[in-house]
Amino acid sequence: MSLASAFDPHLDEPEPPLYAARKQIYPQAVKGFYRRIKWLLLAVTLGIYYFLPFVRWDRGPNAPSQAVLVDLPHRRAYFFFIEIWPQEVYYLTGLLILAALVLFLMNAMAGRIWCGYLCPQTVWTDLFMAVERLVEGDRRERMHRDAQPTNLETFSLKLLKHSIWLILAWWMGGVWVLYFADAPTLVKALATFQAEPIAYISIAVLTFTTYTFAGLMREQVCLYMCPWPRIQAALTDEHALNVTYRYDRGEPRMSLKKATHSREVGEPAGDCIDCQQCVAVCPTGVDIRQGSTLGCIQCGLCIDACDDVMKKIDRPVRLIAYDTDVNIKRRQNGLSEIFKPIRARTVLYAVMITAIGGVMTYALANRAPFTVNVIHDRNPIFVKLSDGHIRNGYTVRIANMLTVPQTFTLEVAGLHEAHIEIIGGEGEIGGLPSISVGADQTRELRVLVRAGEEDDREGEPAHLDFILHDVADGRTALAKDFFRTPHSVH
Amino acid sequence: MQDNPAKKADEKSRYGTTGHEWDGIQELNTPLPRWWLWTWYACILWAFGYWIAYPAIPLVSSFTKGALGWSSREAVVADIAGLQTLRGPMTAKIEAASLTDIENTPELLSFARAQGSAAFAVNCSPCHGAGAQGAKGYPNLNDDDWLWGGSLDAIHTTLQHGIRWDADKDTRSSMMPAFGKDGTLKPNEISATADYVRSLSGLSTEKGADLALGQSVFAANCAACHGDNGEGNQDVGAPKLNDKVWLYGPDKALIMERITVGGGGVMPAWSARLDVPTIKSLAVYVHTLGGGQ
Repeated sequence: MSLASAFDPHLDEPEPPLYAARKQIYPQAVKGFYRRIKWLLLAVTLGIYYFLPFVRWDRGPNAPSQAVLVDLPHRRAYFFFIEIWPQEVYYLTGLLILAALVLFLMNAMAGRIWCGYLCPQTVWTDLFMAVERLVEGDRRERMHRDAQPTNLETFSLKLLKHSIWLILAWWMGGVWVLYFADAPTLVKALATFQAEPIAYISIAVLTFTTYTFAGLMREQVCLYMCPWPRIQAALTDEHALNVTYRYDRGEPRMSLKKATHSREVGEPAGDCIDCQQCVAVCPTGVDIRQGSTLGCIQCGLCIDACDDVMKKIDRPVRLIAYDTDVNIKRRQNGLSEIFKPIRARTVLYAVMITAIGGVMTYALANRAPFTVNVIHDRNPIFVKLSDGHIRNGYTVRIANMLTVPQTFTLEVAGLHEAHIEIIGGEGEIGGLPSISVGADQTRELRVLVRAGEEDDREGEPAHLDFILHDVADGRTALAKDFFRTPHSVH
Repeated sequence: MQDNPAKKADEKSRYGTTGHEWDGIQELNTPLPRWWLWTWYACILWAFGYWIAYPAIPLVSSFTKGALGWSSREAVVADIAGLQTLRGPMTAKIEAASLTDIENTPELLSFARAQGSAAFAVNCSPCHGAGAQGAKGYPNLNDDDWLWGGSLDAIHTTLQHGIRWDADKDTRSSMMPAFGKDGTLKPNEISATADYVRSLSGLSTEKGADLALGQSVFAANCAACHGDNGEGNQDVGAPKLNDKVWLYGPDKALIMERITVGGGGVMPAWSARLDVPTIKSLAVYVHTLGGGQ
């Protein structure tokens, strides 16, 4: 991978400085197929981002009705029909692993699609650049204006641009906080200055970062701050579709007049007329003709720009196209193009995605509506009572993940004779001690188990099953522990 | 420097090199972006600001206090005050409710147990152990054997006024005489009594033990407090002698030692040190360890 020219202003200098000023990029407007896809994805992703907090989802009387909500104070996360408790954060881990694998697969299929079309940095930068063009004009106008001394018009245009950017950035942060509280309530609170300080602080921080990253830093984020360009370069291969300058067709590049002449006399002439349009439209200032580079986010805008030119000079389009390294070589050798979307790595990724997705779906579908956890007293391990019986103490934590209060009974199995006492117990149902747990709550109880004389024996400690019965429908949850005595092996 | 031939531009990328070369691999000289340098300078400035704003430089007997006057100690004090304010409503409820009501209200019970557990760890565990498991001479609070009573009220009173704690006039008080030391009982009588005491809870006795002598000595000297059959007396803190729980241990030698030296354990009165809700929480905590009556 070579380094791109846009962020390398010191080609051929034998002694480059230790640090260099950024070379301002003035991306030119472009129309075409990939530009339309980018506008569409921008509208879809931002649309989801802005409207999702307001989508409602009925979960019953004791739970929030926001479809997507991270309720930090109550340690709950909601996503439509899914509710996650803190101890179930492995679902998030699974989701992140899935996301990484999908990214790998995307890279193996068609390179940095994420960078070019979906990354928030790309989407916001695209929006901010659109504002810039609207206010200050296109590439030439902006370059011309910036080359002149600042006058009132330049100043007021820049002021307008930065103001709109700040408003956009503020909206970005403003929506972010809505994912962490009931959105309509929070909007009202924010508008009347009644919201928590953390909400305003979050908005301020995100306003600052969005304005800085999408407005001021742009490609610098991709080039110097983001680790993905480095990682993704290792995830692509010669069969992956990448935005590629077809040098087999383009070289030797020369002016249109010269190329026409060369063709007439039967000399080799490339289709590239060196018009620099691909560089002019590039949001990161890359010259795609240098090959795959760190700076290229593979957004395909150079394809649109080049196609325009090719149409004008009456040459076939897609001199720059999504193409593979293998096919360029094959064409050069007079072989037909091949496409191998099914390769060892894509199959491996797909299998892993299916497997992990399957495990997660299974786990979610079979998520227990209530759980029981038991911790044996550490000290003392057992208590000898005045009549010689042995008693063990346990902390039992019951989590009722349903949105309605539940009544449970607790059974302890594994001893010949067990007497169970629950501190703060509420009585008995069907001969077993009963416990009620509020909707979407946990309850911790101290449970004392007294064994009969037969149970105080030599050998391994007895295995205990703590079985929690849902009185309403008979479902059970299980936790295992031990019963220890002075004679059992510790 | 420009004549240094090693620093020629790399042929393939036309990029400047540093002149470093290892086995033909050259290092490209990529200039750092300038904003990065500025960020670095900004961080240094920020550090200077920190120096000025916060306590930073140690001096001989003190340190620079910082322009903001921030102190970690004061932050802790403020945090604790904040926590107490947060707990205020629950603490008030604990103070107002009766001990029985605390145990019967799940919300109060869990608060009292949490508070009691913390207070126990700080104040009680040095003698009674981290799990209230006790030690020789210090009662296990998990079992159902109580010297001065295992009801909520009895435990609460013991906590408030202590045991044999002279500074509190309402303290629980009693004293077992030193039968051996002061010569009241002869060695053979002590030995026989110890055997007899062991027999009360079904423990083995020594061969040739004079249980009849032990029984008569016990009836004359011990039964007044420990009961005719060693059933104990919580009014005077006399331990039960006919059960399986032993404060100092069940060995004959240990029993003889107790008969010889007498005495009893001491527990401080906590009402002078802890506030009302904390003592109530402690009573509930100890009561709900498992042996409460």
